[in-house]
Amino acid sequence: MATTATTDAPETSGAFGAVPSFDVTLRIRRFTPELTGAEAYWEEFTVTAYGTDRLLDALHKVKWDLDGSVTFRRSCAHGVCGSDAMRINGKNRLACKSLLKDLNPDKPITIEPIKGLPVIKDLVVDMDPFFASFREIMPFLITTGNEPTKERLQSSAQRERFDDTTKCILCAACTTSCPVFWTDGQYFGPAAIVNAHRFIFDSRDEGAAQRLEILNDKEGVWRCRTTFNCTEACPRGIEVTKAIAEVKRAMITRAF
Amino acid sequence: MQTHQYDVVIIGAGGAGMRAALESSKRTRTAVISKLYPTRSHTGAAQGGMCAALANVEEDNWEWHTFDTVKGGDYLVDQDAAEVMAKEAIDAVLDLEKMGLPFNRTPEGKIDQRRFGGHTRNHGEAAVRRSCYAADRTGHMILQTLYQQCVKHDVEFFNEFYVLDVLLSDDLTGGEVPDGAEVKVSGVVAYELATGEIHLFRAKSVIIATGGAGKIFKTSSNAHTLTGDGMALAFRRGIPLEDLEFFQFHPTGLAGLGILLSEAARGEGAILRNGDGERFMERYAPSIKDLAPRDIVARAMANEVRDGRGAGPEKDYILLDLTHLEKAHIDAKLPDITDFARTYLGIEPYTEPIPVYPTAHYAMGGIPTTITSQVLRNNTDTVGGLYAAGECACVSVHGSNRLGTNSLLDINVFGKRAGVAAAEYAIGADWVDLPDDPEVGVVAELEEMRTRPTGERVADVRRELQQTMDTNAQVFRTDASLRQALADVHALQVRYATVSVQDKSKAFNTDLLEALELGFLLDVAEVVVVGALNRQESRGGHFREDFPLRDDAGYMKHTMAYRRPLGQVAPAAVSTATSAGPTAAGATAAGPTATGSDPVESVGGPGASAPGTFDVVLGYKPVVVTRYEPMERKY
Repeated sequence: MATTATTDAPETSGAFGAVPSFDVTLRIRRFTPELTGAEAYWEEFTVTAYGTDRLLDALHKVKWDLDGSVTFRRSCAHGVCGSDAMRINGKNRLACKSLLKDLNPDKPITIEPIKGLPVIKDLVVDMDPFFASFREIMPFLITTGNEPTKERLQSSAQRERFDDTTKCILCAACTTSCPVFWTDGQYFGPAAIVNAHRFIFDSRDEGAAQRLEILNDKEGVWRCRTTFNCTEACPRGIEVTKAIAEVKRAMITRAF
Repeated sequence: MQTHQYDVVIIGAGGAGMRAALESSKRTRTAVISKLYPTRSHTGAAQGGMCAALANVEEDNWEWHTFDTVKGGDYLVDQDAAEVMAKEAIDAVLDLEKMGLPFNRTPEGKIDQRRFGGHTRNHGEAAVRRSCYAADRTGHMILQTLYQQCVKHDVEFFNEFYVLDVLLSDDLTGGEVPDGAEVKVSGVVAYELATGEIHLFRAKSVIIATGGAGKIFKTSSNAHTLTGDGMALAFRRGIPLEDLEFFQFHPTGLAGLGILLSEAARGEGAILRNGDGERFMERYAPSIKDLAPRDIVARAMANEVRDGRGAGPEKDYILLDLTHLEKAHIDAKLPDITDFARTYLGIEPYTEPIPVYPTAHYAMGGIPTTITSQVLRNNTDTVGGLYAAGECACVSVHGSNRLGTNSLLDINVFGKRAGVAAAEYAIGADWVDLPDDPEVGVVAELEEMRTRPTGERVADVRRELQQTMDTNAQVFRTDASLRQALADVHALQVRYATVSVQDKSKAFNTDLLEALELGFLLDVAEVVVVGALNRQESRGGHFREDFPLRDDAGYMKHTMAYRRPLGQVAPAAVSTATSAGPTAAGATAAGPTATGSDPVESVGGPGASAPGTFDVVLGYKPVVVTRYEPMERKY
């Protein structure tokens, strides 16, 4: 089925000059068990878009003007909340950080749910297993003894050591791009390891040994096959594979 | 329907909700109900920092911070509340550091601080370095850190549950409950998105921490999910909304998109320039220039564009110039916002100035509370067990214009206060009887909307609402523009009564939820416009071209807007309200009879916007003045 919509004005129009428009077709992987049974299917929608539009704008046009039942998560719409990770032309991306003009709108853009987590409806997956892995690595500062009266001191260099992994927004783009995770849902996955890294290399933290013990598990960090999918998928530009390698090295050298 | 029983139920899992949860859950049985996974909350989008007079890099003290907050809010701030916030700011920042928040550091290893709009040394002498920050993702770090602590302390979450009604012992919308009578909260009704099932939560204490309502405007820095849910739910149950006409337009949204570029850019030395390349803020705020409070900068920018001095082919935006800053400095202090400029506008901030324009950002007003976060149902009576904190609340620490960084501070200080107070109240309180069939109103509304075969499209009504609010109730307002906005909102409320969704399924029906959220937006927008129409002065974020001066004799008081039956004058406690003024005129001008529709029958529950059934009735609450007499606001 193909449907078309045009709206009078771009959603994002306003102060920023005139922007040329073009048509774009979205090929969406749909799953609506309540209405159409247990088989997923493809559906195409064509909408008019503008040069500054994100894929999320096009998805909204589909939902708001063509078919309200097309279902996806979104919130902030500028890449900081992590709600709208999806598989766009075969790559994990945030819909709100993918500009249509960068996606070659001459061909239909395929949109699927992220892989490896149970699909609930259309592009919405069950995130609970993902957050369960996150919780397992004790993602919080662990300290002993009395707290200082004022702040704990930390040098800029010590702060810089784990800066990259503090950027994580838990969108799951990395974990659901990982071939090991696809075949083995027990694997902690890159996001959990990134968040372990954030604390293992924080000079204020005293829980590194415990976390490394957890990640030394057979479903832990050694499952990583260094395919770099995660680094490529991260919308925050975190060097995920490098972080995983640093955790592996810390496990061997016990230096962190 | 499933039923649950908790001592404390917290609605919302942003900064205020989670900060409250950390306090409450270590004291008593607590549940957090959130329409999003906690880490999706919009606290995470805050960038620049959180002010506290730590004096880590230069002399500072909490009294200066209090003064700046009061002056920044154009003297509509309750000064006792501002003092509480500025004093407790110091521990609030230290608490977060101890929880693990990775603040940027000074050479000595202490928390680093930087300049921010309106924050000054010694009552306005010069900009002071007061904002504690983590690059330009301070809000992200706060949200992550609070969530990490919630994981550590095993806080119980109900994620992707929408609260659709707050249950009280008495119906306040009739206006018949006398002042002084005891009114208590008894629980909430929630909708589970994954299944469509209704859940009843019985609770001794309820904390509303649902955030803002920026989506009443078209150009906004706010998330799609910031639809004023908590404000509207309280309002529909007869609780007033305070000072909602004061909405902050952040000066530097990406032009045309509204995406926020932090004031931290200017704190780090960036300059605003008009189309002639002029640093125009020198004319508007000679002493602190680009670091003047947001209302002043936003108005100056809009004024430059209106006078033909905008930049770009249409001369319709302003330029934020970072090109004189070191690349390494930009990368270290402002990595995210420069990335936004590259991603969304294709601008390289190292070498090109960034097109910006004011964007709807923050509601100064909200659900009125005491300084212990208890919700007020009139000027003096609190609702037993009901608390509010964060952007949905109005303490009032922001008055008519919030200073940058004071929102992250607000959620931490008053979130903590709400959590402590709600738990302590619940421990000493008895269970309150639930109303009979408490879910009936919600279920009826949901089912009617879900099964209505045809009708208005949600997106059409929402687009028109956002357009009229941008056109008529934004940075510049007049009597005529606001009357137009009110007429439009009323007409849209009538259309909303016949809204129909296409998704008829039960599971994960976001189509249906967007429809409900639209109802909240319409209610909130109406209160914003009615308050703005009534306030015939200019103060802070509210600028009336037909009344360009601040009028302390007439309007140095908080607006209290109540939902009451049509024709009711004003609550007894506020009989001085000018209900015969523009409000009543507005209401008659645009009442549903004017559009030819029949009044819509109330379903007895929270109901959608109910044109023809209720009116917005205004009262006033005095401003608390302790140390600072109002002065002319100059920077």
